[in-house]
Amino acid sequence: MAGKPKVAFYWCASCGGCEESVVDLAEAILDVVAAVDIIFWPVAMDFKRSDVEALPDGSILVSMINGAIRSSEQEEMARLLRRKSRLLLAYGACAQLGGIPGLANQFDREQLVRFAYDDCPSVQNPDKVRPRPQAQDDGRTVTLPVLHQVVRTLDQVVPVDYYLPGCPPTPRLLNQAVAALLSGTLPPRGSVLAPDIALCDECPRKDSKPADLRLAEFKRPHWAVIDPEKCFLAQGLLCMGPGTRGGCEALCIRGNMPCSGCFGPTSRVRDQGAKILSSICSNLAATEKPEIDRILTTIPDPLGTFYRYSLAASLLRKRVAA
Amino acid sequence: MQEPIQAAWNTAYTKVNQEYLQRRTISIDPITRLEGHGKIEIFLDDKGEVERAYLQVPELRGFETFCIGRPAEDMPQITSRICGVCPTAHHMASIRALDDLYKVQPPLTATKIRELVYHTFMLEDHALHFYVLGGPDFIVGPGAPKEQRNVVGVIQKVGLEVGKKVISMRRRLRELIAYFGGKVIHPVLGLPGGVSKGLDPADLPGVKQLAQDGAEFARFTLQVFKDVVLKNDQYLKLITSDTYTHRTHYMGLVDDRNRLNFYAGKIRVVDPTGKEFAAFPVQHYLVYIAEHVEPWSYVKFCYLKPLGWKGFVEGPESSVYSVAPLARLNAADGMPTPEAQQAYEEYLGTLGGKPVHHTLANHWARVIEMLCAAERMQELVNDPAITGTEIRTIPTATPNVGIGVVEAPRGTLIHHYETDENGLIRKANLIVATQGNSARMAMGVEKSARGLIHGGKVSDGLLNMIEMAFRAYDPCHGCATHSLPGQIPLTVIIRDGAGQVVQELRR
Repeated sequence: MAGKPKVAFYWCASCGGCEESVVDLAEAILDVVAAVDIIFWPVAMDFKRSDVEALPDGSILVSMINGAIRSSEQEEMARLLRRKSRLLLAYGACAQLGGIPGLANQFDREQLVRFAYDDCPSVQNPDKVRPRPQAQDDGRTVTLPVLHQVVRTLDQVVPVDYYLPGCPPTPRLLNQAVAALLSGTLPPRGSVLAPDIALCDECPRKDSKPADLRLAEFKRPHWAVIDPEKCFLAQGLLCMGPGTRGGCEALCIRGNMPCSGCFGPTSRVRDQGAKILSSICSNLAATEKPEIDRILTTIPDPLGTFYRYSLAASLLRKRVAA
Repeated sequence: MQEPIQAAWNTAYTKVNQEYLQRRTISIDPITRLEGHGKIEIFLDDKGEVERAYLQVPELRGFETFCIGRPAEDMPQITSRICGVCPTAHHMASIRALDDLYKVQPPLTATKIRELVYHTFMLEDHALHFYVLGGPDFIVGPGAPKEQRNVVGVIQKVGLEVGKKVISMRRRLRELIAYFGGKVIHPVLGLPGGVSKGLDPADLPGVKQLAQDGAEFARFTLQVFKDVVLKNDQYLKLITSDTYTHRTHYMGLVDDRNRLNFYAGKIRVVDPTGKEFAAFPVQHYLVYIAEHVEPWSYVKFCYLKPLGWKGFVEGPESSVYSVAPLARLNAADGMPTPEAQQAYEEYLGTLGGKPVHHTLANHWARVIEMLCAAERMQELVNDPAITGTEIRTIPTATPNVGIGVVEAPRGTLIHHYETDENGLIRKANLIVATQGNSARMAMGVEKSARGLIHGGKVSDGLLNMIEMAFRAYDPCHGCATHSLPGQIPLTVIIRDGAGQVVQELRR
């Protein structure tokens, strides 16, 4: 066992889907378990934080961390695993870009807490009780982690060596990443371990995408009859394909729904939302401002559409109180 | 008082005071099922008996707030990110809320496809818990060496062939979900009034084969449960022991004949004696369900609103209710499919009739539900409507309020949206399945701690026994997350008031 490379998995502010995507290796997981020594995987294995603390620094080959950073405890764990690992891999959209939990940066923490414990219609809380980092209950002190003001990506907290994109990453990409790790054939540090092409390039509907889309209005999917063969943008349905990295096997497209952008940008793009927005705007069937405005108002939620997974990583990052 | 006596008295007094202050606490941290974080704090009195135990959930992501401003039709995909283990449950509850929001009736084929996806999901998700999560406690044994109390131990016990069978069956079931949903983790099929993709008749034979194999797999699993658990008197004693018993209310969805339903129907609540307490459409949930806040956990505790919050108590005075397999089988009068009904009768016969208050019976109820889900899959794939081409009704109504419900594997799951006339979310409220069990689970952890910890002494076996008190529910706390294969790493540290470690156990 001592000769096998050590691997750790950990989760922060996430949904558990990244963990499930590891389990979705299915039969192949038996090979992975045989090739590496998993020394930390809180959901699956028997080791705890103190076991990680006891390891020499740098003794883990790679730690794969999923989830955004939302609490004091998650930040501590990210720092600990960084110190113990030669490589740190941001696993999935939340670790890479903040993911859907990052949409919380549109609001401040107090708004989240106030709704959950006061304003929510099913809550009965006349005494305005709030969960506390240090709660007193009948003379006893019970503690909870502190929620941070903002949601951060993993690389906003610690240096990250590699990224595996997706909400969640596919088993195929995970398999390829593990193979590259074990054979020492990794690309340069900082790389995203997925093809560096836009989703449109591998889309099964690529041939039906016209060179000039001439977008005159955007339809909302529940009000549209969706052609199962034709490019979504050509049908007037917003698709994030042009500004989103491929490698996902176009799964949502195969489910007859447009791409929502979970694989993040390609390496040439700093801000995914801005990239898609500019790509859409350059394809509008209008040149005059009033007409451009009219077309754009048919997009009801630009922020949630263009930055669905990447608000925390974007140039916008967070809403600042007026 | 003479000086030496005064000094002695002072010393004694100080010592007593110190001992009182040194009331010991036991921390079980982390339990890691809950967003990677979770904690049990147990406070002992000066005799080392349990004074109070807290099951804490340390996570809040604020979905209800950051859904504001989003188009309602995006909600099935956004809310599925509440939980990547049961994304299909959130996706489906959300679609049901959107149907209600747009007052739209999906075509028959769309309903059949949704139900097929949903029952496939129910089968694979329950299988995950039975073989990987909860199963080790019984298949390997609660007192087995800790190294073996996990999925690897299960495979060793039942054989590699069976292990591969479980992996392969789950993979195939999840591929069917992906067939319709694009992705299995965070599917995309749901639209108000229908689904995005139909079933190609050319693919039907394969789907029929899968449904048949799924039913065979569920029967096999029920047999494993019978052989391993029911034939072992000690396990039966454990299941029916007072340590794991709570007399509370129970909630679940039922059809118009009060038979269990995962996908639709009315919400039915029975009281601790098994009598119907309420039956209502989900649109009335705010009349019956309320959430209580405690300062020591981020999770909110659901209770029956007409009764008021009575605290963490059971019995006739309790306003606590429970959800998930045990609760569903208590809330329903029967099962909707023949083989599951037969298994249900056997279950009630062995456990002494309804309601079943034994928390660990959740494991048995879960396997009966696997059989039910597989039988429903077979009914659905043999229904000619399943390959129909009409899969959408385009909504025309102006949206305002939509409320939807499904039975998630872990219990009754409610999505409630309010929108402007353009369908943008103004308010969202979610009653997540595990919240329905949060009070009962907190009580269960405390009761098992009280029953197992005496004189301040804990043993390694205790750790697993306390875990079993909440593991039976397959918790998915705040649905922030939920646990996956294997066993929870636990550390129990007993300290005195000065922070000195008296005893430490880990695994």
